[in-house]
Amino acid sequence: MRQQGPGRTSTALAYLAMLFLLLPLFAVIPVSFTGKRFLSMPEGDWSLRHYQALAESSEWLGSIGTSLVIALIAAVISTVLATAFSLGIWYRRSKLTPLLIGFVLLPMAVPPIISALVLYFFETGANLYDTIPGVIIAHVVIAVPYAVVTLLVSLSQLDRRIELAARNLGASVWQTSFLVILPNLKLGLVSAAFLSFILSWEEIAVTLFVTSFEVITLPRRIWSGLRDNIDPVIAAVSVVLIAVTVSAIVIRLIVQAQRGRGVEQ
Amino acid sequence: MSRRALVEWGLFVAPLPVVLVIAYLVPLLGIFQWSFTDPQPGIGNYVKIATDPIIHSIAWRTLRICLLVTVVSVAIAYLISYHWVFGPPWRQRLIEVCVLIPFWISVLIRAFGWVIVLRPRGLVNEWLMTAGLIAEPLALVRNEIGVVIGMVHFMVPFAIFPLMAVMRQIDPRVMAAARGLGAWPIRRFVEVFLPLSLPGIVGAFFIVFIFALGFFITPAILGGGRVVMIAEYVFLQMSQTANWGLGAALSVVLLVFVSIMIWVLLKITRVEKLVG
Repeated sequence: MRQQGPGRTSTALAYLAMLFLLLPLFAVIPVSFTGKRFLSMPEGDWSLRHYQALAESSEWLGSIGTSLVIALIAAVISTVLATAFSLGIWYRRSKLTPLLIGFVLLPMAVPPIISALVLYFFETGANLYDTIPGVIIAHVVIAVPYAVVTLLVSLSQLDRRIELAARNLGASVWQTSFLVILPNLKLGLVSAAFLSFILSWEEIAVTLFVTSFEVITLPRRIWSGLRDNIDPVIAAVSVVLIAVTVSAIVIRLIVQAQRGRGVEQ
Repeated sequence: MSRRALVEWGLFVAPLPVVLVIAYLVPLLGIFQWSFTDPQPGIGNYVKIATDPIIHSIAWRTLRICLLVTVVSVAIAYLISYHWVFGPPWRQRLIEVCVLIPFWISVLIRAFGWVIVLRPRGLVNEWLMTAGLIAEPLALVRNEIGVVIGMVHFMVPFAIFPLMAVMRQIDPRVMAAARGLGAWPIRRFVEVFLPLSLPGIVGAFFIVFIFALGFFITPAILGGGRVVMIAEYVFLQMSQTANWGLGAALSVVLLVFVSIMIWVLLKITRVEKLVG
């Protein structure tokens, strides 16, 4: 007996819901091609002027560079800290384990506005306010819980016996970690680093509190643009970012589908 | 544990908590202290929170908007999750793309997209006017409608993940049994599927509600400064009026409230079940 699928009304509603999810993203595309100086739909005057303005603006390009540098370094630091921590937790269970994990995940549960305030307090006290290292530290604090969760999930799927085998053959903790565990954890490490990178690249709530005019990340520049007078260059930036995201997701799904087919064969 | 093994274990486990104690826990305690010392020592900030009618109206507005956003988001997410789990394979793939794309796109760009769709000369108003349904543009942005739409759009993916995790664990044979026993689709849904998916609904509800409470980027852009909620109010206390103590005290109240919600969530549902 075939299991009955969703009915027609519910299917129609589901498509409406998907339209709702994609509508604001699609809407940005035509606006980015307007020939006018202000935010508007192009009326036969399609133009690339706002993309050109983006490509020639040292401010926008500078912000993209700043965000890339910050996100790369924050991703590396988050991944290293999260990996060491997760490995330690995995090697040896103790009474402290749940408490330690709970504490490390704290910044994920605390509302962004409070994290922002906390990091402002830290950075003004430590003379890191409005500096690149300051933004990197703030982003690490925000991203690292997500890296820890990713790695703990990957580790939980790893066979414990490979650690025991390595240790029984005389490998030290370091040799076991670097030669046995980490190579088996590659996918988890890449996911953790990628997630940290994206979280830092898009971070705005905390960044607003720990920077003023020296360090302007890309989201911070978009934020100022949205609050003042909306410049269509923001539409061009948005379309570029949407295009990159969509390509990344589609490539990942294709790779996944091919792998799935490989397994079936 | 030998001394050496203990040191090695410490070298792995300690760095991250140490960093977080310095950069997060100590300053968090500093915020508590601030709320009692700035501008003058005492509980003045908390008295103001307890008595100020402006803060009360902001708190009520926050609760009202967050509740509405949560109910609508969970309803939409329920519908989408249902099709993601039980729809035909190609529809499942389509839904995956439609959910993941907005999920990975910056909150700023999503809010900006809604400004374009909802503003007076935006897509929705142009469509409605061309269709002759309205004569004057409707006010859909810089008010609560815009804030609710933008926040729902942001929260839906976060509600989908716990719902899907629970729906995937529902044994299809139970539904088949209900059908075999002669229950019509509506009855099967209301009496069998809905109760089985309840833990997912509760989990999604709490996750979205907690998230919505402390969220200020989307309300700030789509509310245009007219729909100030508690988090944006804290932001304004800090960035414009430099009322540090009041902002800190409001944060403490918000944190206590969120902690209670998380505690209730942990009490009534098993978190492992929600992550699948």
